[in-house]
Amino acid sequence: MPENILLINKLKKYFPTTERDRYVKAVDNVDLALKRGEILGVVGESGSGKSTIAYTVMGMYSPTSGQILFEGQDISCETSRRPMPVKKDLQIVFQDPGTSLNPQRNILQILELPLKVHRLADPDNTIRKVIELLEMVELSEEYLYKYPRALGGGERQLVAIARAMATGPKLMILDEPTSALDVSVQAKIVNTLIRLQSELGMSCLFITHDLSLMRNLAHRVAIMYLGKIMEVAPTQDFFERPLHPYTQMLLSSIPVISKEEETLKPDRITAHGEIPSPVDIPPGCRFHTRCTLAKDICFTQEPDAIQIGPNHSVSCHLFSED
Amino acid sequence: MEASTVSLKEARREGMRRSWYRFSRSNVAIVGLVGVLLTIVLAIFAPLIAPYPQHASAFVDYENAMVPPSRAYLLGSDPSGRDILSRIIFATRGALKMGIGVLAAVVPLGVVVGLIAGYHSGSAIGVIIMRITDIFLAVPPLLLALAVSAVLKPNLFNAMMAVSISWWPWYTRLVYSMVCSIKNEFYTQAAELTGASKSHIMFREILPNCLPPILTKMTLDIGFVILLGASLSFVGLGEQPPTPALGTMVADGAKYMPQQWWVAVFPGLAIMFIVLCFNLLGDGVRDTLSTEEV
Repeated sequence: MPENILLINKLKKYFPTTERDRYVKAVDNVDLALKRGEILGVVGESGSGKSTIAYTVMGMYSPTSGQILFEGQDISCETSRRPMPVKKDLQIVFQDPGTSLNPQRNILQILELPLKVHRLADPDNTIRKVIELLEMVELSEEYLYKYPRALGGGERQLVAIARAMATGPKLMILDEPTSALDVSVQAKIVNTLIRLQSELGMSCLFITHDLSLMRNLAHRVAIMYLGKIMEVAPTQDFFERPLHPYTQMLLSSIPVISKEEETLKPDRITAHGEIPSPVDIPPGCRFHTRCTLAKDICFTQEPDAIQIGPNHSVSCHLFSED
Repeated sequence: MEASTVSLKEARREGMRRSWYRFSRSNVAIVGLVGVLLTIVLAIFAPLIAPYPQHASAFVDYENAMVPPSRAYLLGSDPSGRDILSRIIFATRGALKMGIGVLAAVVPLGVVVGLIAGYHSGSAIGVIIMRITDIFLAVPPLLLALAVSAVLKPNLFNAMMAVSISWWPWYTRLVYSMVCSIKNEFYTQAAELTGASKSHIMFREILPNCLPPILTKMTLDIGFVILLGASLSFVGLGEQPPTPALGTMVADGAKYMPQQWWVAVFPGLAIMFIVLCFNLLGDGVRDTLSTEEV
């Protein structure tokens, strides 16, 4: 068995624009590895391509180029071409539970589908299995015949998590599962996810733009900018010793309340500028337009990922040897 | 904290009760519903309700021809001395057969074709199906009915067939456009990603979300189909004499306007009444279902 449950190799996903030969480069040469039982956080601004990675891994898009290996098996294709066991082992929780649950199907119907498709329960056993799934996310069996519209946002997301858990997946992709929810229910969702992950030992690819969430949740964090991974580091390293100027910028922009917390953050680097359009990616380092430390080389040459410590790599010329 | 064991039946009953509440708040919709029910009752129990049931077939009584509305003949009598009220009551049968029969044929066909085309939109199958649909849409139903009855013989069944041929594409189009957007919803994607079959996705995930507009269109369409059926029988392509048809009665009576106005006017009013009631009912259904989505 390969050590990495998921290996993404030079993945590119371009979308055509109305103009010929111009593409939205949503994901542009991404390398990423997810270890067994690990929670990897992928963080980035809106439009950085986080969700596109998730959807491409799930097979909602076929990659423009590059390779996706799931347990050593090439799955660089759309869902319809993937074998059933892969569909069983790979599940996703979408961002907005308001649109990811069919309004015309009740909770029982929603949760029994994956069980039926993968023949995980006898016909007379299905209801009991569904109740078990509901209990897993701390919902009672009263929910069985309710429709999604009768549920609150947090409850809906719990149902969506239960649906993803139904097949007992090896890899779960969480696409901003808390960002559409009230802060009050975010904590419940996150705690449920942490509990399920530690109980069942599945691997998670957790996509979010909420850095502070990663601190308590992820084993490793990857920072994405304009379709590329800028820095990957173990969570502690990431927060204590951020290397990439972009990472520092993001970390220093986390709002804090107390003076104490303020001292923990890297020196404030004001975020200036907006993320450029993924159609016209700046030459050289794609971050140079907003970087305060940019050197000459940054305008012309794209930096490669440089290994700094164990599991810590950064794509920035400031850390290259010469 | 009451111990609520909500069963599926209760949940359904609750939903029905809510829909009925929304529907019943509109007086106009209730008028439509009552009118439609009245028409259906008249059609089913025509032999019991009509004052002169024998007048609905070949019957001649020249002594009582062209009697104006009176106590014996509430809506007057026609040139053959037949009671117009009785004939109208029997003619509702043909009108309803037309409306219900055409929709029963058209809706399943149009919806399934639309589902398949919408699910495969973007690929060759979808394009081919929709172009064929467009061709059928371009056929005028009246002309087609003329052609059909020129080849076959003019009767109610052939008229229904002719109308059906030109009517199903509307449902295909309606469903197609909805499926195109619903198939990209995350809930459909979720079913697809977990490996659900095509038929499950089309009929269980997508179709239920298309039903409210289909239902609305159906109730609104019945009126139009009946109207089209009446136009066909007006030009002699519907139910054949001596079986009464509203369109035929209007056409026959037109010769006697305006002196013996009752011969043409009352069947005409009957057409108007039936179509109006179905349209009011349709509006009510539409309002009920559209507020339900919110």
